[in-house]
Amino acid sequence: MSYSKPIFKEKYGNFINGKFVDPVGGEYFENNSPIDNTLIAKYARSQKEDVNNAVAAANAAKEAWGNTSAAHRASLLNKVADIIEANLEEFALVETCDNGKAIRETLNADIPLSIDHWRYFAAVIRAEEGSATELDANTLSMNIKEPLGVVAQIIPWNFPLLMLSWKMPPALAAGNCVILKPAEQTPSTATLLMEKIAAVFPPGVVNIIHGFGPEAGKPLASHSGVNKVAFTGETTTGQLIMQYASKNLNPVTMELGGKSPNIFFNSVMDEDDAFLDKAIEGAVLFAFNQGEVCTCPSRILVQEDIYDKFMERVVARTKAINQTNPYDVNCMMGAQASNDQYEKILSYIKIGKGEGAKVLAGGEACKLDGEFANGYYIQPTILEGHNKMRVFQEEIFGPVVAVTKFKDEAEALEIANDTLYGLGAGVWTRDAHQLYQIPRAIKAGRVWVNCYHAYPAHAPFGGYKKSGFGRETHLMMMNHYRQTKNMLISYDKNKLGFF
Amino acid sequence: MSFERVAITKEAAEIVNELKAKYGELIFHQSGGCCDGSAPMIFEKEDMYLDESDILLGALEGVNYYMNQDQFEYWKHTHLTIDITEGRGSSFSLEIPLGIRFIIHSRILSEEENTALNN
Repeated sequence: MSYSKPIFKEKYGNFINGKFVDPVGGEYFENNSPIDNTLIAKYARSQKEDVNNAVAAANAAKEAWGNTSAAHRASLLNKVADIIEANLEEFALVETCDNGKAIRETLNADIPLSIDHWRYFAAVIRAEEGSATELDANTLSMNIKEPLGVVAQIIPWNFPLLMLSWKMPPALAAGNCVILKPAEQTPSTATLLMEKIAAVFPPGVVNIIHGFGPEAGKPLASHSGVNKVAFTGETTTGQLIMQYASKNLNPVTMELGGKSPNIFFNSVMDEDDAFLDKAIEGAVLFAFNQGEVCTCPSRILVQEDIYDKFMERVVARTKAINQTNPYDVNCMMGAQASNDQYEKILSYIKIGKGEGAKVLAGGEACKLDGEFANGYYIQPTILEGHNKMRVFQEEIFGPVVAVTKFKDEAEALEIANDTLYGLGAGVWTRDAHQLYQIPRAIKAGRVWVNCYHAYPAHAPFGGYKKSGFGRETHLMMMNHYRQTKNMLISYDKNKLGFF
Repeated sequence: MSFERVAITKEAAEIVNELKAKYGELIFHQSGGCCDGSAPMIFEKEDMYLDESDILLGALEGVNYYMNQDQFEYWKHTHLTIDITEGRGSSFSLEIPLGIRFIIHSRILSEEENTALNN
C-alpha cells in the first residue's frame, strides 16, 4: 500500500494568541520535501517583532492559565491526544512529507508515541501531590508547585511532532504558557496541530513561531519576557542559549545529542534463537529514522570472538533494508531531512574512508528513480575501524555506523565511555551479571539493556556529559517547568521573645 | 614552510565577506552533537563567550575559526576546508537565512603537516 503527497495551503503564518497571523514583516520562506525536493508550502519568516507578539500573548494568558485546576488542564491535554489520534493518518502523512522518513515509522512510532506523551502528562498531574512536613508541634512546612510562567521551546527536525509532544505537554500540565519554535526544515506538523486544536486552549497559552534561528530563534531564546528555555539540538547553539539565559538568570534544559555505543557480548551468539535475531536487529537500528536520532546507536562494539560471525549477520540484515518511495508502507528507510544533512553525511563517509575505515556495507548515496531522483537518499553504511577515528567520535546524524571489536568487559567500557557525549547506550548479553554491571558503568543517561530505541513515556530520558541535562518523557520533567513555593506556617500563639 | 589546519573555498569566502559587510566582525565555531551539529557556524564576534578551552584553528577571510579543545583532540589530525552547500540548517548561524549552509570537507594531514602542526 502506498500513500501520496498530501495537499497543503499556499502559505502558513504563525499561531499567536489563538489564531494564525501573518508575520509582521510579511516575509515567508519556502519549505521543500526531502522526498522529492518539491515545494510543500511557504511558512512565516518571523523576526523579533513576531517573537515579541507571541511573548506578550503568552504573558497575558499566564495568570489565568496558571490558576486553572489540574483536572481542567488534564482534560485539555487528553483532548489534544484524542484529536491527534482521530487524525493519525493525516499527521503521519504530513510528517513523512516534511521530514522524509518512511511512512511505516510515522504511522507506528512518531504519531502514536506523540499521542501517548500528551496522555501521560494529563495523567501525571492528576496523580501527583505536593508535600507538607510538620517541623515541630507548631510549625508546618508546605510545598506548593507553581508554574514558571512563559516557556520557550526550540525543537529539532528529526521527530517534529514527537519532539513537540515531549516538550509541550509537561510545560502546559505544569501551568505554563508556551512559545514553541519548530525547526525551519519541518514546520508542517506543528502547524497542522495548531489548525486542529486552535480552540482547545485559551488564546496565548500555546503559540508557534516559524522562521530561522538567527532571526527568530535567537530573539526567542534571549527574550526577557520568557522564564525558561528548553532546547534540543547541537552543542554550539546549546552554549549560546545558555549564555542568553544567563543574562535573564533563566533555567534551561538541554538535550544535545550523542555518539551512542551499542555493545554486543559474546553470549548473544550462544544460541541461534529469537534473542540473537533481536540482537542483530538491535545493531541494525542505526538505520532507524535514517540515523537522524540523537541516540542513534552509531558505534557498534562487538566482542572479538563472535565478531566475524555476528557482523556477517548484521551486514546481511543491513543490505536487506528496502529503500524506496517513503510513502510506500514497505519502505524501510526514507530520505535524509535536507540537502545540507545529505552533503554532510557523504562528507563523513569520505573522511571515514580517508582515515582508513573499511566499508562493510553501503558507503554511497542511494539513487532512486523518477520523481524521487531529486530526494536525499543515502545507503545504510557500516564502517569498520577504531574508536579514535572521527567517524567514531562525531555525531554524523545519518545512517552510518562505525564498528569495532573489544576483548573483554574492561575494554568494552573503555571504548564505550571514550566519547564527549553520554546520551544513550545499548548492552546486549545473556549474562545476568553483565546485565546490571555494564549499564551501571556506562556514563550515559539512558542505557537500553537487551533492547534499543524504545522511548516510552514514564521512563526518564536525558544526557550525561556534553549530551546535556534535564529528564524528559517523565514526571521529573514537570519540575524543570516549575518552581517551589514553600509556605512556612506557625501555629504557635506565642511570640519569639526577641523584641 | 608554513602549514594551515583550515582553508576555505572561493564560494564560501564570498559568503563570509557578504556576511562581514552586513554584520561586522565575525567568528566561526565548530559545533558538535545532534541535528545540525558537526558543522561550522558563523556568529557575530561578541555573540559567543570564548575562553582558553576554545582552540583557534586559524583565520579565514579575517574570521577566526574556533573549536572546543575536547573536540579538537579528535580532530587535530585532519585538515578542514569550509565550503557552502544549499540547504536549510536550524542553528543560529548567520548564513542560514540565505538558504545555504557552511559545511566542511576534511582530509587527513600529511606526515609533514602533522609534524609541523601537532608536535
